[in-house]
Amino acid sequence: MEIFWYIIIAFVLAVFFILDGYDFGTGIVHLFFAKKEKDKQVIAKSAGLFWDSNEVWLVAAGGMLFMAFPTFYASVFSGFYLPLILVLWLIIFRAIGLEFRNQFNYQMWKDIWDTSFGVSSLLLALFFGIALGNIIRGVNLGGVENGVSAYEGHYFFLPLWNSSFSPLTEHPGVIDWFTIIIGLIAVVTLTIHGANWVILKTNSSINLKLKGVIFKLNIALAILTFLSLSVWQIVNPNSLNNFVDKPYLLIFPLIYLTGLVGLFFIKKIKKDYVAFLLSTLLILGGITSSLASIFPVILPSINDLNESLTIYNTSTSDYGLSVAFIWGIIGLILLVIYAIIQKRLLGGKVDDMDYGH
Amino acid sequence: MEDMIFYDRLQFAFTITFHYIFPQLTMGLSLIIVYFKWKYLRNNNEKYNNAAKFFMKIFAVNFTMGVVTGIPMEFQFGTNWAKFSELTGGIIGQTLAMEGMFSFFLESSFLALFIFGEKLMGQKLHFLTGFLVFLGSWASGWFILATNAWMQHPVGYEILENGKFVLENFSELFSNPWLLPAFLHNQMASVVTSSFVVASIGAFYIIRKKQVEYGKLFLKTGVIFGLISSLLVAFPTGDWNAKNVAKYQPATFAAMEGIFETEEAGAEIVLIGQPNMVEKKLDNKIAVPNILSFLTHQDWNQQIPGMDQFKEEELPDNIPALYYSYHIMVGLGTIFIGVMVLALFLLWRKKLYTFKPLLWFIMFLVPFPYIANITGWYTAELGRQPYLVYGLLKTSDGVSPTVSSGNTLFTLLGFVALYMLLGLLFLVLVGKTINEGPKLQKH
Repeated sequence: MEIFWYIIIAFVLAVFFILDGYDFGTGIVHLFFAKKEKDKQVIAKSAGLFWDSNEVWLVAAGGMLFMAFPTFYASVFSGFYLPLILVLWLIIFRAIGLEFRNQFNYQMWKDIWDTSFGVSSLLLALFFGIALGNIIRGVNLGGVENGVSAYEGHYFFLPLWNSSFSPLTEHPGVIDWFTIIIGLIAVVTLTIHGANWVILKTNSSINLKLKGVIFKLNIALAILTFLSLSVWQIVNPNSLNNFVDKPYLLIFPLIYLTGLVGLFFIKKIKKDYVAFLLSTLLILGGITSSLASIFPVILPSINDLNESLTIYNTSTSDYGLSVAFIWGIIGLILLVIYAIIQKRLLGGKVDDMDYGH
Repeated sequence: MEDMIFYDRLQFAFTITFHYIFPQLTMGLSLIIVYFKWKYLRNNNEKYNNAAKFFMKIFAVNFTMGVVTGIPMEFQFGTNWAKFSELTGGIIGQTLAMEGMFSFFLESSFLALFIFGEKLMGQKLHFLTGFLVFLGSWASGWFILATNAWMQHPVGYEILENGKFVLENFSELFSNPWLLPAFLHNQMASVVTSSFVVASIGAFYIIRKKQVEYGKLFLKTGVIFGLISSLLVAFPTGDWNAKNVAKYQPATFAAMEGIFETEEAGAEIVLIGQPNMVEKKLDNKIAVPNILSFLTHQDWNQQIPGMDQFKEEELPDNIPALYYSYHIMVGLGTIFIGVMVLALFLLWRKKLYTFKPLLWFIMFLVPFPYIANITGWYTAELGRQPYLVYGLLKTSDGVSPTVSSGNTLFTLLGFVALYMLLGLLFLVLVGKTINEGPKLQKH
């Protein structure tokens, strides 16, 4: 039952990063590449139409995590207190930036909300990457100091950073050089994804230029990926064990690799949705590979005193999980149906649509 | 530790109060939008269709605000109330996750379709998307109140040796005797809020002599919905809820009603009075004898236990706040019924649209249903204190063990600043929409 729920939640989270991921990406594209008002407007529109129905996947993932693995939810949410509250504020700024920019036709008003949308998208992408970095690096569970736990075994509190900025100390912060690398990977990946979305959904004049940008970013991504894999070994020496023990898990890194290699041919790709699918593979492969590398652990402990959090020692009762499984499957089918209906009905380029807001 | 609980409670109270401004409008307004759309399907009069689209625009702004202020609520369970989440997540996680999957998705997916898809879909499908938005928003209320009902009156659980609550019977979560009355009361109160908003916009248009045709339609609709809902809020749903409190939380009931001492031959109902916690009595009391006993038990002489019957630690920890919240809610509710009865009478005599004093009154009354709704919510929540799960888990045992009070204070200040900005933007935006009026809708 735990494994079923783990898969469901991983799926919902992956969908969130794929769907809302392009929203973040459009924000970054918007920030750096859109210069003309017409481009800005149409790019904001391509995200504005869908962001709230994309964000509900985050709410759903949170709710399910809360229900299925309450100990994990409590531990991680209070442990990463400050970064999570910052994420909340960024989510709010991004949403109001999108919703409010076209409400008044004053240049300053638009500039403020464009910046709000762009900067918070960028920071959110960075933070989500950093979060993933923290989860694969592990934390000092129980807040162990000189061999004594300050809290119950599964509680901890992480400062935003520590003075050494290093992941190798006893007390790493949320931000260190390792998590920053993962954060950058997330930013680059989501920028590519967002640029593909803009190309797919708009007739913006910068579309052609974006293909060149994607190509360059893809090179950067390849370098960053290689770099992260080599330092990952230093941060967590066991990071490859799972893949050696269970070679079928290699399917996940392979998905990532397919996306990465495919995107080198971006300039030749004729169909816009193929490119979008490739960056989807990047996100899907990246998340699943990271999760698979530590499975069944969901938050590694870096001290010897307290055991890592796994899907088994943080879950609720079997009865609760089984009941929820029944409605969970029904719910999930409905979600997929809604998403398909919505995206089909509102398909096509957004510029062609009679969209008044 | 004291500080920590104080800031955590303050933060939760602040964020949920601000959040609750938005869903109480969207839940009620979705019903009125469906009504307009339905009228349009019946009589093909463009006016009704424009009215539906106009209010959907206001709905959309409120929905956005509801979403962005709602996500912090879910997060805060984990960030500020980690112990509570760990111990009860297996149960309230069920209802909260169902809310996300079955209602939130429905609402947000079909809202976009309702707003942008009218030309793509034809009128019947467009009505259907509006109806699904309504269904989603009411289902949301249902699941949230199921969560709250479990905290007020826990059912279907088992407590493990390590103190964790686990689910023993899923269907009991939804057949909780606390749930249905609380849900119906809450939904009717939402309809009251949205009726007053609709009526108030109508009154504004009539007074300003612009969009008068729509002004009359909105005012009439608001008054009819408003009268029905404000009656239903009081009876039977409010009455039904009060009986539940008397039955399951008698100490709360005594504090709410301001009964310090048990009367042998039936309890009086307090209309006005200020709780004096030092002398344990009500100052400046105006009360009607025996009515409370009758309302609660249909027996004029039935005894109702006063606060003297309970131990100190069984009583709610802030009795004056609870007492005032409850009395403000009931008082405002009574005023709403009076205003709506008068308005309907004038409507029937065809004098409503020209009777300026009442138009002005209705226009400026609009903050008060919000206050009534929020004080109603406070009544429920303060009444449950000092427990998170009534009788079983103390609030002080639910906070995050690793988060210091300084962090909570910092984030509280951040939320206050951010929400003030949000509130201002919201008012500007809604003001602009109302000022433009329904005819300018171009979809």
